[in-house]
Amino acid sequence: MVWVPGIDEFPMSLSYSGDAFGITYQIIGEGTKALASKKVGDKVGIRGPYGKGFAIHGRRLLLVAGGAGMAPLAPLAEDAVAHKCSVDFVIGARTARELLFETRTAESGARIHISTDDGSKGFKGLATDLARTVVSKAQFECLYACGPERMVVGLLSIATEKGLPMQASLERIMKCGIGVCDSCAVDGKHVCRDGPVFKEVELRKFAELGKTKLDLCGRKTPV
Amino acid sequence: MTHLSVDICGLKLKNPTMLASGVFDETGKSMLEVAKAGAGAIVTKSIGKEPRPGHPNPSIVELESGLLNAMGLPNPGIGAYASEIKEAKLGGVPIVGSVFGGTEEEIADLAHAMAEAGADAVELNLSCPHAKGYGTEIGSTPERVESICRQSKKRASVPIFAKLTPNTSSIADLALAAERGGADAVVAINTLKGMAISPEAKMPILANKVGGLSGPAIRPVGVRCVYEIYEAVKIPIVGVGGVSSGRDALEYIMAGARGVQIGTALWTEGSEVFNKVCREILGFMEENGYETIMDMVGVAHSGRH
Repeated sequence: MVWVPGIDEFPMSLSYSGDAFGITYQIIGEGTKALASKKVGDKVGIRGPYGKGFAIHGRRLLLVAGGAGMAPLAPLAEDAVAHKCSVDFVIGARTARELLFETRTAESGARIHISTDDGSKGFKGLATDLARTVVSKAQFECLYACGPERMVVGLLSIATEKGLPMQASLERIMKCGIGVCDSCAVDGKHVCRDGPVFKEVELRKFAELGKTKLDLCGRKTPV
Repeated sequence: MTHLSVDICGLKLKNPTMLASGVFDETGKSMLEVAKAGAGAIVTKSIGKEPRPGHPNPSIVELESGLLNAMGLPNPGIGAYASEIKEAKLGGVPIVGSVFGGTEEEIADLAHAMAEAGADAVELNLSCPHAKGYGTEIGSTPERVESICRQSKKRASVPIFAKLTPNTSSIADLALAAERGGADAVVAINTLKGMAISPEAKMPILANKVGGLSGPAIRPVGVRCVYEIYEAVKIPIVGVGGVSSGRDALEYIMAGARGVQIGTALWTEGSEVFNKVCREILGFMEENGYETIMDMVGVAHSGRH
């Protein structure tokens, strides 16, 4: 959890790990706007880490990132290549301008497949559709996903068809971050503590996946 | 035959542990998980009339001996919450619906609606220390506690539990007022009002500045409160505050509580804590020759065995 004093506190995953840690964020509200105005030497509060992240499973991996979902997958790709895994990486974004970490990931040694909604670069269409093509051309041992929930749902059905293990990171409103307040509940599990990364067996049990999420008041709203 | 079951105002609990309000209980499915994990009863999130987002983050501070929270009573409103109660009831344990409001009438309306939604009892939140106009702000004088309990009792068809604040000079007076007002049981204690400051940020960490302290740090306060209340009232008492082991629960029971609520321990131990506490209580009872929970309630009061 990242605290911008006086403004807000919100969950972030690490986009850089190793000797130095880093986060990557999209400006979507007051908190991230305030974070963007910070200067070198300014301080923010950190608590954590919490929950369960991605784990390397097998040697031939397919990673699929949608938009800002790239943040936690970039370090996974680097880690996997360092562990001698073969990595195919589908990077999706709305436009070429919004593609994240393309160079960084290519330099890590992963095979890059680009998709943009508007076709300004690479495959024109959804990352899910490009991933389906990639899956049909090679054998994989695990599928990793982070991005819009409809993408996760689409990839889950591909994984199910192919009998492929999968790990996906989910996003919900998080308040406490430590598994007590229930604000990030999905079918009785807590994204902050039991997740945010869930395996295919857990994902398949979630009746709410791709359908409903809780708002700040705890009301079920459409995803 | 030694057993853990206990009757609290007609609610039949298979064991004296209950999920405390505010933890794991915004959704029916989470409450169902707690029921499966072995809780004897479940208290819901505190529910108001309208949807409420609660306070902005930070809303929680982790401390060495507990949690400081200022969630600010987030809830979907009683209308939307009825379906969560329905789902929670599939767990087969009594559901206690917690409600909060700003006036006698509002609280009584909610108590009625909770009973209609299927709650087996209603817990009146007269004690949240971090929401303006609610909780402690209306529940810290005996007069208000009595009138709120009286009006809620009139409207609700199920037992009424009054959850009291320790942030007062005499919690026993509040308990007496609740009893006079017709409450069927009292629940003690809610969190203690507190604050944490970040020296680097030079400001309180919680967005709401003040919050409620829970967890092991407040157990001696809770046990003392239950002990005092037991000497003052005849209605059943439910103890809450810092219970994470069988011995912790036994302190409350011997002080006078028939049941204990568990909340913050789910942070440190997960929902397995309910089974653990039960196992430890049972082990103690077998070793010390107690057959029922009631055999131990209040035994710490000399002359009141």
